[in-house]
Amino acid sequence: MSNIPADLSYTAEHEWVTAPTADGVIRFGITDFAQDALGDVVYVQMPEAGTKIVAADVVGEVESTKSVSDIYAPLAGEVVGRNEALDADPSLINSDPYGEGWLVEVRLEDVASYATLLGAGEYEQQVG
Amino acid sequence: MTENYTALYEQHKEAGASFTDFGGWQMPLKYDSELAEHHAVRNAAGLFDLSHMGEVWVTGPDAAAFLDYALAGKLSAVVTGKAKYSLICAEDGGIIDDLISYRRGEEKYLVVPNAGNAKAVAAALTERASNFDVVVEDVSEGTSLIAVQGPKAEEILLRLVPVGQHSLVTELKYYAAVEVGLKVNGTEQQLLLARTGYTGEDGFEIYVPNAEAASLWKALLETGGGLGLIPAGLACRDSLRLEAGMPLYGNELSLEANAYAAGLGPVVSLAKESDFVGKAALTALKEAGAGSTTGRKLVGIKGLGRRAARGHYSVLKDGVVVGEVTSGQPSPTLGYPVAMAYVDVEHSEPGTVLEVDLRGKAEPFEVVALPFYKRRK
Repeated sequence: MSNIPADLSYTAEHEWVTAPTADGVIRFGITDFAQDALGDVVYVQMPEAGTKIVAADVVGEVESTKSVSDIYAPLAGEVVGRNEALDADPSLINSDPYGEGWLVEVRLEDVASYATLLGAGEYEQQVG
Repeated sequence: MTENYTALYEQHKEAGASFTDFGGWQMPLKYDSELAEHHAVRNAAGLFDLSHMGEVWVTGPDAAAFLDYALAGKLSAVVTGKAKYSLICAEDGGIIDDLISYRRGEEKYLVVPNAGNAKAVAAALTERASNFDVVVEDVSEGTSLIAVQGPKAEEILLRLVPVGQHSLVTELKYYAAVEVGLKVNGTEQQLLLARTGYTGEDGFEIYVPNAEAASLWKALLETGGGLGLIPAGLACRDSLRLEAGMPLYGNELSLEANAYAAGLGPVVSLAKESDFVGKAALTALKEAGAGSTTGRKLVGIKGLGRRAARGHYSVLKDGVVVGEVTSGQPSPTLGYPVAMAYVDVEHSEPGTVLEVDLRGKAEPFEVVALPFYKRRK
């Protein structure tokens, strides 16, 4: 069974999103289910800080030996940080998908948009 | 399609494998990390369950002449104890399968087709045998195949072989096979051991009756664990064979492909005296310059960036499609993307820089000689 922390929100594209901070910044990454399906990650391409992103647009990709999957913007906003540690060690996505394997931080255009994401229970139903 | 399970399925499940369908079989994709399994095979050893492969015995006074007719290679020239990589072709030269044939006696060969093609190959052999004094017997169902691959393979295997028979193993040449005693559960089993593989490393493949497969698997893991042997799944088998430049049926080889375009011209013996299935078509293809002056040719391409090409992606030259990728991924050993692709022969010279359409963005790839990876002897 894949691990689905209750305190995060999720997208149908198998990404997790933290609750917005006081200044409206969220962090997101790919779920345990997604990393397991993808296999050992060997390369990650992420948007640079300052990039404006639109919800559901492809903003990067996660590549494993056997497959590749797009990174989708979970919500609209501006990239304010990317996980530089992944450039040297992309396997952090496999070993700690919800922690050290995070991908990108985004200042939301509209903090209220966070409420449109899936709860842990809804996401769990989706991955069955 | 009915799902088949190998005699080692329970071992894989206990080891925590993820499974995938391959040729109608539930096979271990990986046990934990496919990258770790890949590196284990390159640096120590990996243990593979290949029981989905087929095994067909061809026996009788006409065995050699029959295989000369049924396959593209000259199997009659193989001496007893040796093996040969060959193709079984359709009349039009299309590839039904690529397979290894072991000569086990004057009138006895073991033919090993790929999992998904085993039934088609057995059927084609049976059909082609009608004018020959041979018996074609498909024993795939009762036979398991276990491979030990990697630089430590010989050392591991010797631990199960009685000392008196060590030289049978140490002197066994690549593409040769021998019956050898293997100690499993305290009893010695006479099993067919071949020095063959699909990883680019030294290694062995062991044919074992289903009833003994689990015991042999456990014995190998137990004795090889200290030398770094781990079970290895199909995910790493694919990355290993790609680095070694070996074709995979269904990707590089198919009924639509032909030996010359696939770079397997040397496997086809147009010179053998007898006729063989596909000979007329292959002769015409060769005379037309297939894979050398006309059509497409299978090449290795190496990514100049970080992003990998994948099967079916288009290969471009100046924005025009000149080929198609058949297999591709980031190479765990080499650290850059590698792929095989059919490209128009005029763009097939090593050193040519082409592009691959990676989901809408063209990235540069350079044509390189195969294999990508060659082990140090």
